[in-house]
Amino acid sequence: MSLLFIYFVHLKNVYMQTLKHTGLGLFLLALGSFIALLFLTQYEVSEASLARIRPVLAPDQQAGVLEKLEELKGKTYSFKFSYVAKVKKQIAAYNEEMAARWGLSQEALEEYVQAALQQAQTVEGQLAFTPEGREAVQNLLPEHLRQPALQKTAWMVEAGRRFRSQEDLANNLRREIAYVGSQAAAQKQVAAYQLKDYLFAIVKATSKGIFWRHPYLFFWLIIGLGALGALMYIYPKFFDGLPGIKHNGIFHRSATSVGLVGILTGAFLISFYILLYFYHYYIAEWIALVDPVSQWLRGEDASRWFMYGFLYTVAILVMGVRMFAKYRHSNYHKIRTASVMFFQTAFAFLIPQLLYQLNLPEQDLKNIWPLDYTFFFRIEEFTATQIGTFMLVWGIVLVLVGVPFLTYFFGKRWYCSWVCGCGGLAETLGDPYRQLSSKTLRSWKIERWLIHSVLVFAVLMTGLVLYTYFTQRATLLGLNSYDVRSVYGFAIGSVFAGVIGTGFYPLMGNRMWCRFGCPLAAYLGIVQRFKSRFRITTNGGQCISCGNCSTYCEMGIDVRWYAQRGQNIVRASCVGCGVCAAVCPRGVLALENGPNTGQSRMNEVYGPAFVDAGGEE
Amino acid sequence: MHIVIIGNGIAGISAARNIRKLSDHRITVISAETDHFFSRTALMYIYMGHMKYEHTKPYEDHFWEKNRIGLRRAYVKALDTEGKSLLLDSGERMQYDKLILATGSQPNKFGWPGQDLRAVQGLYSYQDLESMERYSADLQRAVIVGGGLIGIEMAEMFHSRHIPVTFLVREESFWNIVLPPEESAMINREIRANGIDLRLSTELKEILPDENGRARAVLTSKGEEIACQFVGLTAGVHPNIDLVKATSIETDRGILVDEYLQTNVPDVYAIGDCAQLRTPLPGRRGIEAVWYTGKHMGPVVAANVCGRPTPYRQPLWFNSAKFFAIEYQVYGQVGNQVREGEKHLYWEHADGRKSVRIVYDARDGHVLGFNLMGIRYRQQVCEHWLAGRAHIEEVLQQLGAANFDPEFFRQHEAEIVALYNAQNPGRQVRLRQNRGLKGVFSLLGMRA
Repeated sequence: MSLLFIYFVHLKNVYMQTLKHTGLGLFLLALGSFIALLFLTQYEVSEASLARIRPVLAPDQQAGVLEKLEELKGKTYSFKFSYVAKVKKQIAAYNEEMAARWGLSQEALEEYVQAALQQAQTVEGQLAFTPEGREAVQNLLPEHLRQPALQKTAWMVEAGRRFRSQEDLANNLRREIAYVGSQAAAQKQVAAYQLKDYLFAIVKATSKGIFWRHPYLFFWLIIGLGALGALMYIYPKFFDGLPGIKHNGIFHRSATSVGLVGILTGAFLISFYILLYFYHYYIAEWIALVDPVSQWLRGEDASRWFMYGFLYTVAILVMGVRMFAKYRHSNYHKIRTASVMFFQTAFAFLIPQLLYQLNLPEQDLKNIWPLDYTFFFRIEEFTATQIGTFMLVWGIVLVLVGVPFLTYFFGKRWYCSWVCGCGGLAETLGDPYRQLSSKTLRSWKIERWLIHSVLVFAVLMTGLVLYTYFTQRATLLGLNSYDVRSVYGFAIGSVFAGVIGTGFYPLMGNRMWCRFGCPLAAYLGIVQRFKSRFRITTNGGQCISCGNCSTYCEMGIDVRWYAQRGQNIVRASCVGCGVCAAVCPRGVLALENGPNTGQSRMNEVYGPAFVDAGGEE
Repeated sequence: MHIVIIGNGIAGISAARNIRKLSDHRITVISAETDHFFSRTALMYIYMGHMKYEHTKPYEDHFWEKNRIGLRRAYVKALDTEGKSLLLDSGERMQYDKLILATGSQPNKFGWPGQDLRAVQGLYSYQDLESMERYSADLQRAVIVGGGLIGIEMAEMFHSRHIPVTFLVREESFWNIVLPPEESAMINREIRANGIDLRLSTELKEILPDENGRARAVLTSKGEEIACQFVGLTAGVHPNIDLVKATSIETDRGILVDEYLQTNVPDVYAIGDCAQLRTPLPGRRGIEAVWYTGKHMGPVVAANVCGRPTPYRQPLWFNSAKFFAIEYQVYGQVGNQVREGEKHLYWEHADGRKSVRIVYDARDGHVLGFNLMGIRYRQQVCEHWLAGRAHIEEVLQQLGAANFDPEFFRQHEAEIVALYNAQNPGRQVRLRQNRGLKGVFSLLGMRA
């Protein structure tokens, strides 16, 4: 009987191992296909592809750009980088043509300036440029520049306007007329902000090959098989010994201790984000991969943001299942994980698609300014409809009422580890890397400077945005509102939150963004630190200083520092993930909300024998 | 004044830190084990890959210089209490004005044949961990001898690396010299559920060597030979007092100290595992070789060497451990059986991995101790009841206030109260307090 039982257990183990290894194999196959996908395309410009490109181009650029692209017809390109370089070259050629045709050449400009100088009149030792003089040389300019030139030089022909010298007048004329010329050319040229979207559309429209013939096959091969493989790999974890903390071997494994696998994973994630944010025309295949889903939910092909949102959601859902297995002894973690899975799927992913279909502002209703830094860029979009106006009010209420009240009652965890999308990814996909955050005093210092600087930056930037909205003026004290926005979007929104925030998961831990960069976390943290009922309670004098709590704190809090002194932990950065309490082998820590006085929340230094009331640091 | 502390464990370091808080004396901490203080209790987690050695250091390395605590990596070979000096292994002599001995423990060896073979060791020091790591490379099976806290830790360590373990326990149930039968049986089950080959009522007879002088098998008291390549000797520890044996410092099992933690020799103190109180409290032992003793004695000895005479009073007994996934906490006096004049209320969860035992006085009903398995209770609340000699029924009414489990965990206090009522016909105790800080504060009379 017992032999039979042992045999059964053995069979089950073999089954689980097989499942796990097969799952890993499938996942790696999917990942490999995902990467290989980028190299499976040939490019060919045809009439049909040009027809698909046309609607993407600005109306007055269509003819010219398409004409340039036609020159690439009749050849198949099989290498992505050289093809993109060719397309870029064609667009640059188009831009040059536009400059020649609509702009003003150096010679023509000089001719105009010299002629105008002839018309200048000397008055009391200075020069005056009269409307009549200007009229006389007007015909030297191409016809389409004459009206703009009149406007631009209006100030120069005002009564009483004098110029110190010929040179002074010539310089002013050169500047104004050259500007008119370059503006006229720029109107026809492909601008920097248009270029990347054009490249993406051109690359995608001219792509052909096995993937493009069988999009569904690849969708299921990569997304389907990838998710299935990951779940098969995860499933045996539900039966992995008895319920309890599962941290065996974390610092022995390359993937979770910044070994080769970890570094490669980091490199992959960082590359993914750089491509996504700055070079999405190189990953047209990845974006097109989810076209079927986008067509279904939005009735159009996928944008890079749709692709990102979809993969993000799938990652949270799959790795959320892993959390259910790993923390199957802990209701706190199960409920918290279910919460982030729900908020990501419904609020961040599905509801915005529905809003889009209803022609309403595509808003993630749980995203809060200043994490949602574009919120106030979109006032006009919101106020265009009644429901949009409600969204605007809702967003402001969240900032002004939701954050302080909920944080007062529950700590910042109500958002950071229960609702937030960044937090949701960190707590699921990022969970295997939580032990890699730095716990040094130095990094704590850097953290405080950095995160509060970002908060100040976000507030100033939004202040400028509102200034522009209410005054219709773009510049304040020499700061251009639009420039500041784009600097913030690039440095904070893309590089910090994306490339560093997630790309560095396997290198420096899963909360890089939340800890060092998120302005909303800074705001929530200030409330939590100074006015909240939340604390991590230390259970008397039971700490054995083992260091599990500090090691597994994703926010880099040296929890042990407080615990070993019998002190409660009240820190601005704590997101209330609850892992310190879970990994403590002596049950010393518990997350609690309760009456708040300075004494009750922070300083319960315990014990009759202790003289240990702090002092050194 | 130069204060020298021998031993950089929790006792020695607690002393050093508290001396620094109280004074500007020169402090030197000597250790032969590691450069910096680390948490001895965390050694197992390094082996299991939960942490690296760096993580087990409670203070960053710059802490010591900043707080002017001198660290010296050296082995003290001899102690001259007349000349107030130490002889280090480097040959250097170090003078002290006051000396604190915090030398800790050593694993017990009971004269087993083969106990000094290669791959036969205890687990106490960092070096023990390193040697365990070395011998783990080609390990087919490990045998662990001695059913206590270190033994089960060692079993868990090997288990984490899927190395088969045979666990020889002399007693008929795991750690039953401390745990009551039900809790002991629960841990037996937990050990076996983790696939450990637990042999109860089985002693080690002999360790057999291979041709290289390494353990190749053990012989048990039941005549069985078990092939293995590693033998863990975890049958308890004893004070590490070799250094003082040749001096006039009085010893028994440990270094004898008075209530000011001073030895019979002026200006020499002893704390932590190596110290033995001359007059322990009734019902308590003179040597309590647990982490908390060192942590409690450190500040007291610091006050004493800094000229603020402070007696050491053994705090209410508490201890904690973790047996595989089952956490254990004890507050107050809980014997391994129901003693004369006691009653026990024992509740166990249906899954057999959680229990609560409350010991109370049979005559007047005041509570004497709490034993928790797989459930966390709040130390301050339990001690409040124990120190205040609260009545069992009063405790049961408020029992939720003691619960320290994480949020959303099932609370079992109502079942415990119901069990009490069922076992005491006619009693109708009702649970009035669920888990929560508000109840805790009102119970402890804290201003909220």
